[in-house]
Amino acid sequence: MKDTESPALVRVRNLTRVFDVSKPWLNRVLERLPRALLTAVSDVSFDIPEKGVYALVGESGSGKSTIGKMIVGLLPPSDGSVLIRDTDLATERDPARIAAARSEIQMIFQDPYASLNPRWRVRDIIAEPVTARGGDASGLAERLLEQVGLAARDAGKYPHEFSGGQRQRICIARALAANPKLIVCDEPTSALDVSVQAQVLNLMSDLKDEFGLTYLFISHDLTVVRHMADTIGVLYLGRLVEEAPAEALFDNPRHPYTRMLFAAAPRMDAFGREVEPPKGEIPDPINPPPGCAFHPRCPIAVDRCRAERPEMRRLGNARVACHLAE
Amino acid sequence: MADLPRTGTPAPAAPGRLRKAWDSDIVWSFRHAPVAVVSLVVVTLMVLAAVFAPLIAPYDPFDPGTLNLMNGFTPPMEPNAFTGDTFWLGTDDQGRDVFSTILFGLRISLFVGFMAVALAMVLGITLGLLAGYLGGWVDTIIMRVADVQLTFPAILVAMLIFGVAKGITPPELRNEVAIWVLILAIGLSDWVQFARVVRGATLVEKSRDYVAAARLIGRGSGAIMLRHILPNVLSPVLVIATISLALAIIAEATLSFLGIGAPPTQPSLGTLIRIGQGFLFSGEWWILLFPAATLLALALAVNLLGDWLRDALNPRLR
Amino acid sequence: MAPVLSLRNLTVEIPTRHGVLRPVDSVSYDIVAGEILGVVGESGAGKSMAGNAVIGLLNRPARITGGEVWLNGARIDNLPPEGLRKLRGKRIGMVFQDPLTSLNPLLTVGDQIAETILEHLPVSRAEARERAIAALEEVGIPAARDRVDSYPHAFSGGMRQRVVIALALCAEPDLVIADEPTTALDVSVQAQIIVLLKRLCRERGTAVMLVTHDMGVIAEAADRVAVMYAGRLAEIGPVADVIQHPRHPYTAGLMGSTPGASQGQARLTQIPGAMPRLDAMPPGCAFHPRCPRRGPGCDIDPPPVRAPDARAACHYPLTVAEDVTA
Repeated sequence: MKDTESPALVRVRNLTRVFDVSKPWLNRVLERLPRALLTAVSDVSFDIPEKGVYALVGESGSGKSTIGKMIVGLLPPSDGSVLIRDTDLATERDPARIAAARSEIQMIFQDPYASLNPRWRVRDIIAEPVTARGGDASGLAERLLEQVGLAARDAGKYPHEFSGGQRQRICIARALAANPKLIVCDEPTSALDVSVQAQVLNLMSDLKDEFGLTYLFISHDLTVVRHMADTIGVLYLGRLVEEAPAEALFDNPRHPYTRMLFAAAPRMDAFGREVEPPKGEIPDPINPPPGCAFHPRCPIAVDRCRAERPEMRRLGNARVACHLAE
Repeated sequence: MADLPRTGTPAPAAPGRLRKAWDSDIVWSFRHAPVAVVSLVVVTLMVLAAVFAPLIAPYDPFDPGTLNLMNGFTPPMEPNAFTGDTFWLGTDDQGRDVFSTILFGLRISLFVGFMAVALAMVLGITLGLLAGYLGGWVDTIIMRVADVQLTFPAILVAMLIFGVAKGITPPELRNEVAIWVLILAIGLSDWVQFARVVRGATLVEKSRDYVAAARLIGRGSGAIMLRHILPNVLSPVLVIATISLALAIIAEATLSFLGIGAPPTQPSLGTLIRIGQGFLFSGEWWILLFPAATLLALALAVNLLGDWLRDALNPRLR
Repeated sequence: MAPVLSLRNLTVEIPTRHGVLRPVDSVSYDIVAGEILGVVGESGAGKSMAGNAVIGLLNRPARITGGEVWLNGARIDNLPPEGLRKLRGKRIGMVFQDPLTSLNPLLTVGDQIAETILEHLPVSRAEARERAIAALEEVGIPAARDRVDSYPHAFSGGMRQRVVIALALCAEPDLVIADEPTTALDVSVQAQIIVLLKRLCRERGTAVMLVTHDMGVIAEAADRVAVMYAGRLAEIGPVADVIQHPRHPYTAGLMGSTPGASQGQARLTQIPGAMPRLDAMPPGCAFHPRCPRRGPGCDIDPPPVRAPDARAACHYPLTVAEDVTA
């Protein structure tokens, strides 16, 4: 853990989330089915330093969005804790402290067409974090709109009058209205076109400096993550398999899964590249493989990997969960 | 088609709100649907006629002072054999002007219809929102009650409520409260479909990220349901409400026809039809035909309007 | 070599009450046997619409209003719907983004492939089944003989897309149209599908139209690339040339916006603004309002693609001296 380094804004400890995906009780009894439990996130620990950009990357089923939802408090953890400064949102009983911790976190969602209420004017959408607390929000929406590169007169319009990229700017303005410290960005640009993505990523970088923000960046896109993040955590089947500073991770990926991911990602300079594609697909998360979940696809797996789950261990400036990494 | 940029707003720089509304997709689709235009005209005329019945009606059919029994059974557009008075649509056995009774009957029918639908809407939307948003046992209880109610024919439920209400009201008040009991009976038998549609739409909206954003901001369940979800589930409700209105008017007529609805002192279209059918075989056809035709035209127009609305609001059919 | 597919000034129009929209505007390109042509563009560029026009799958009221489509020397854009239906499957195979839309959930995958083979090739039912198994083996379905009688839902997303590819290729078509075939898949599976598509088309000499928004996929898979913007062709040429030495300012901007293509940059290059909407198309070159190189004439004449050496539809294309080597 990097507890001794820069002060952590968010401390995630042994975070676990289990979903009950069983069929309804009656079907289970009639069809003699066992309860089906899906462990979406398992024993994940990491710190997000203040004013840093921490990225979680992973493919589908890696649990990256579930972690994001638990950090913002949309989903309670099954086990483990999320500490915002020193407040644990799941166990804290003092409403004032919950409200204080909540107000420090905002979220930007993937689908800009679903994250704005279509019946509300942009002014009311952006000002809601303030008006919901009974605050005075006059002129706030206009000011924030200009800050995210839209015009103040757009405040009177409805969301359907904007393109996907502009909507994502409105979402950012709404998040800023709450005056947050941390913004959890769940695939904020994966619904956007490349040229629009560039505009939004640049805007997010600018706002980070301007407002002293901390980002948790959740994405499946390695190029975006590499561009944005200071520290990257790689997830596979709900577990953190590797964590390292961005450049170190790309220069020297230590976990075999990270290597596979990098090799599989399309490259702009890879014309006519004939590579051996990665083996296999992501296993069923309801019945994950024993030992290291990656061993069926791992090119270097040994007997130990099939039996014993590797713990996170520190290697230089990285943390890796692999028996063989060095 | 997914590749096209969204075309939300119509032509740029539309001068004025009215012009913009006139050019909006829904109005445009309305202007190009002659059936809908005719239906709206019919409904509007009938509503106006009902509202202003006391001003329009040539006679007050319920003022015994103006009634002349000698005028009974006057055929339409023919002078009465004794008094020489002429009535557009003839008179009934008591000498009441059929046109006037229809106007007043329409008033009762529309009033009961609108109020019953309003009651069903309020009830259905509230319960549907709660069931969809809260889920769990709230959802289970509300929807199971709805299921049970759906297994009874609506008219049976209405009769049941009507019977119970009649049992507990003192006899001298029965005529006074009859209309309200009718509204209650029809409204309570009709809330289920509102609840179902609202619940379904709520489940969809609830999973959208703007609801998650509102929760993050710290909004409570009540504010999220009322301010965020409710405005987004209303368009299917509008369609159902229109079609329900036609059904409620017919249900009211049916109950009144069966003699358990509007009392003869406040006859609705259904009451008029019940009275009229007694004279059908003795040759006084007009006493039945004109109220029945009015009811038919009203129900048909409202229904056609609802059909058009459903298609116009369904983006997949556009 | 005579092209397998040839588009000549293909134009698709949609009449609306606000005027006629033109999602595809005078697009011309050829694909020869064994070649993969990448068609790339942002949403609204008309790339999918052009593909749908070729196979006669335009949704009403969109229709071809100009230009010609030739398949192996025969004109196909004026065929009646029944004739086009026969072409699909036999001469033109199709792979869409969502494998489930191409597969019938109520038929086993073996039956679906055998069905297509029977319809288009003169073979017996038993032989069609054998060929279906062979086709599944060829696309890398493990234990194909056991899984030939499974239903589509029993396959994972990546495996389903393999089945769709088997289905598209089983009648030995001359042309395959793949519309965002890997967009719904995870990175590791995407790499597998790209390699598969490339290998099969090379081996059989099938021409491929690969429609995608992802420049990385194009760089990995395509031989040539056609960049589309606002319904028109912006640039077309060999993939390495277009990506490393773009001639059209839009292509250059697109490359700068892609995080992977411009490594080590603090900010991404932005193209200001957004693609024009179809009902508000600027006169002249559709890109000129956003173009850093616009000059006299750009807002008057739509520039043609100048044959034979020039690749870009631009009045002031980037020159060799201005190359920004990636």
